[in-house]
Amino acid sequence: MGQLPAVIVDGILYASWMFVIAVGLTLIYGVMKILNVAHGSLYALGAYTASTAAGYWLSHGHAPMGSYVILLLAALVVGLIAGPLIERGLLRFMYGRDEIVLVLVTYALFLILEDFTKLLFGVDPILVAEPYGLLGNLQMGRLIYPVYSFVLVGAAILVGVALALVLNRTRQGKILRAVIHDREMSTAVGINVSRVYLVTFTIGAMLAALGGALTAPTTSVQPGIGAEVIVLAFAIVVVGGLGSLGGAAVGALLVGLVRSAAVHYQPEVELFSVYVVMALVLIVRPKGLFAAPEVRKI
Amino acid sequence: MKLPGTPLLLVVALAVLLAIGLILPQWALSFVSVALYLGIVVLGMALMMRTGLVSFGQGLYYCLGAYAAGTLDHFFKLSDLLLMVVAGALVSGVVAVILGFLLSKYRDIFFAMLSLAFSMILYGLLVKSSELGSTDGFGLSVKTFAGIAISAGAVRYTIYAFSAVLATLFAIGMHRYFNSHLGRLAGAIRDNELRVEYMGASVRRVIHLNYVISAVLAGVGGALMAGAIGHVDPETTANWTTSGEFVFIAILAGTGSVAAPFLGAGIFEAVRTFALQYFPNTWQMTLGITMLLVIMFLPGGLWSAFGLRRRGA
Amino acid sequence: MMNRLLRLARAAALIALCASATPGIAQEAKPIRIGFVTFLSGPAAGPFGVPAKLAAEAIVASINAGKAPAPHNTKGFGGAPVELVVIDEAGGATKQVSEFRNLVERSEVDFVIGYISSGDCLAIAPVAEEMKKLTVLFDCGTPRIFEEASYKYVFRTRPHATMDAVGAALYLTEQQKNIKTFAGINQNYAWGQDSWNDFTAAMSVLKPEAKITTSQMPKFGAGQYGAEISALIDSQSDVIHSSLWGGDLEAFMLQAVPRELFKSSRLVLVAGEPYLVRLGTSIPDGTIVGARGTHGVFAPASSLNNWLKEIYKAKAEGAIPTYPAYSAASAILGLKAAYEKAKITKLSASIPMGANKGVKEEMEKAYQVGPSQEEIIAAFEKLTFDSPSGKVRMTLGKGHQAVAGTAYGTTKVVNGAVTVVNIKEYPAERVQPPDGMASPDWIKGGMKPAK
Repeated sequence: MGQLPAVIVDGILYASWMFVIAVGLTLIYGVMKILNVAHGSLYALGAYTASTAAGYWLSHGHAPMGSYVILLLAALVVGLIAGPLIERGLLRFMYGRDEIVLVLVTYALFLILEDFTKLLFGVDPILVAEPYGLLGNLQMGRLIYPVYSFVLVGAAILVGVALALVLNRTRQGKILRAVIHDREMSTAVGINVSRVYLVTFTIGAMLAALGGALTAPTTSVQPGIGAEVIVLAFAIVVVGGLGSLGGAAVGALLVGLVRSAAVHYQPEVELFSVYVVMALVLIVRPKGLFAAPEVRKI
Repeated sequence: MKLPGTPLLLVVALAVLLAIGLILPQWALSFVSVALYLGIVVLGMALMMRTGLVSFGQGLYYCLGAYAAGTLDHFFKLSDLLLMVVAGALVSGVVAVILGFLLSKYRDIFFAMLSLAFSMILYGLLVKSSELGSTDGFGLSVKTFAGIAISAGAVRYTIYAFSAVLATLFAIGMHRYFNSHLGRLAGAIRDNELRVEYMGASVRRVIHLNYVISAVLAGVGGALMAGAIGHVDPETTANWTTSGEFVFIAILAGTGSVAAPFLGAGIFEAVRTFALQYFPNTWQMTLGITMLLVIMFLPGGLWSAFGLRRRGA
Repeated sequence: MMNRLLRLARAAALIALCASATPGIAQEAKPIRIGFVTFLSGPAAGPFGVPAKLAAEAIVASINAGKAPAPHNTKGFGGAPVELVVIDEAGGATKQVSEFRNLVERSEVDFVIGYISSGDCLAIAPVAEEMKKLTVLFDCGTPRIFEEASYKYVFRTRPHATMDAVGAALYLTEQQKNIKTFAGINQNYAWGQDSWNDFTAAMSVLKPEAKITTSQMPKFGAGQYGAEISALIDSQSDVIHSSLWGGDLEAFMLQAVPRELFKSSRLVLVAGEPYLVRLGTSIPDGTIVGARGTHGVFAPASSLNNWLKEIYKAKAEGAIPTYPAYSAASAILGLKAAYEKAKITKLSASIPMGANKGVKEEMEKAYQVGPSQEEIIAAFEKLTFDSPSGKVRMTLGKGHQAVAGTAYGTTKVVNGAVTVVNIKEYPAERVQPPDGMASPDWIKGGMKPAK
């Protein structure tokens, strides 16, 4: 069908946008067993900070290409500040509590950050679009895509590969995987689990902020973007299998392609498509597509 | 349930509520009604939590109950409160029996996520339906109770009184259930499912049953809400944020006592109204901070604030 | 005949006394508390809620000082100063119903003005009726309020959304004769759905041969429209209808313009007026834009219009007022006009005919008390009053629903700034159904102008 290439491209674009966010969420869950509802707020903070900083940079007549660096720096700064602050300042006191209580803690944090973001950046949407158009356009048949959209795909691939390499090839990565596998044993073996948590949460926060920062030039940053993103991210992470990086990628692709197909062929079902996919996957594979087998203690 | 003579205390509380309801100003009557119908929903959640499962999609049944009640009036001109509540209970119950076959196989976060998925599917269906008003929903009014006409001025009090009666009945019922054989199995399942299976009880059946009971309670709560507020819409019923609130109140209340859900709901509603009124620009933050404080300092739920020991988490 | 002369004389004396006595008596008059409910958080805050709040505060401050132009130049409401109690409309309809009760019973407001969300309006109207509190809905669009029920205590001082969709269809079919296909992109909630449904119904009457290619309904707040834009480009439609607003509209435009969606498709932005400022020259030439009424750039030149622009600019750090500000103005000024009309009626009725002694005392007493809710309602029904948007006539919904005309225009970038050209106005009868007829039926029946 004539629309198929567009469906695939759109699906991949959507998937890469969500992957960067979802991978941070699944990493945090995998290591710390926390389903971080505030992940969406970190995304929003990243987007707001990036937009504001890039806007400031551009309005002062600096090199437009530099705005990309600013976006990345903004994400880094948000992650490095918010991550440790939240983990050390709040989450640390809640470890050992029930999983559901931790979800509620992050939900409370989400509420707080929503208003905090509003106080810091105001209620007016922020629109800083220059970085979006700087790289020109790509023509694909009848459709035109800004090259910047593919930057997001590139970023997603880079993040995925980098994480995979770190987790599988480096010592730190192995430590992280050990903690994901069995927290108790890791402590017994002498791993500083507390520090691993700090590092993981910070990386997760940076990834969420990166998602926001990279998306900011393509959209209007307004209150509520955090809430929008979090439910989608949950769906993807659950579909892919909690704690699985590969799962997050596959989940993102699945959700992206299904949604894209819905929009092109049957727009009315677009609203449910994500939840139907989630329900169907869970029915067939109750723990998600790539969940690690769990040891059940009797 | 260490409180002696809990059923008696509950009946006394009911009498007090019914009496003061006659002199309370409208806003206070509304406020207590909210605590009552939210409390009924949370009572159901407490049952599920005792069974070791937390549903992030209770809004599904709350919404079904509310829309069932609303449909009776809006489309069939049957504005009878009793009928509405029965309809809410029935619709929720039937759906729960069906969905329960699937959901009773899931645990932990997956149960939570799957229940969330179903509530969001209902949300999506309602948003798409223009006959049901899409996101605007539609209105309803309560005119009779069990066939007897209620005068316009007494509607608020009737809904309040009926909510109080139902709340007490359910609370007493739940109390007895918790102390019964089936009820104790719930706690056992939460502690160690495998052992319960080995003992010969069917874990799935118990979970399914408890799921249906909690759904019926949520449906009743939804129907009462519809009558009290006079309006139903998908946003405040089926959306995940509403389900999240139920979870919060349930954790706030703890599972120690059947009266706790009502107190928890009352406190939550009070904090939310207070926050909205005095901090119109930062009410979400206020709510979030309060939630954190409660979670940090009252880990056992409300009951621990009163220094009473609960049995089990 | 003599009685009539006497009445006229008394009325004249009364008005003179009011005008002269106002400074003195106003100090003793109890302040009038108005609950003002609008979005202070969430996506509707930036484009609608906060501008409405700023406008309301600026207007109240100005009328309390008596600085509004005629005919609204009395201080406050008939001499009594006005206080606003502002609360956030966020939280959903159920929450808002509780908050309404709190406003009435705990904050003890005299009137309530508010509600941008149609869902909230629909939920609040019956409660206002039950609590017998005069409530003015100022911005919500759904036609359902007075088409599905009658209210005594509820008024709406702006026309409903059918006007926007029908106006768009009329203007479009007049401007563009050759329309073979059209598509839509609207947010998937009541406003977006109703907007699309009304527009397609009107188009089926005005241009039955035009075919619908695709109707995109992204989730409210989606923010990413890549796939939708691809589908729209693929459909190669002549016209694209959109009721998108807020950050969603901005994101959509931002993503669509570089992809050249509007090279082949003409865009109709039903609620586009606030974005003339924000999106500026990035709006493609030839875009049809509406302001949900004769507001902002479509507002008729008048002293009231200039006044609103001036006080809003002062309050909003130089920003110009957009249509939510105009909606707030209509509501407050409408209520003020009704209040003052009722007060004068009450005063002239309070003076016993033929009395010579104690007239001043009687009048002062009546003046202090102020008109009751029922008296204000009687004055408000079928009232015609002036607002910065022009004349507003409360003629639908048994005198509770306002009608006014609307206007649409086309954007064109001139000398580096975006302007609106080719403005056409449509009188109320052509864009709103007559009293008693439901909007969908009226459209299907051919949109015959109401008498």
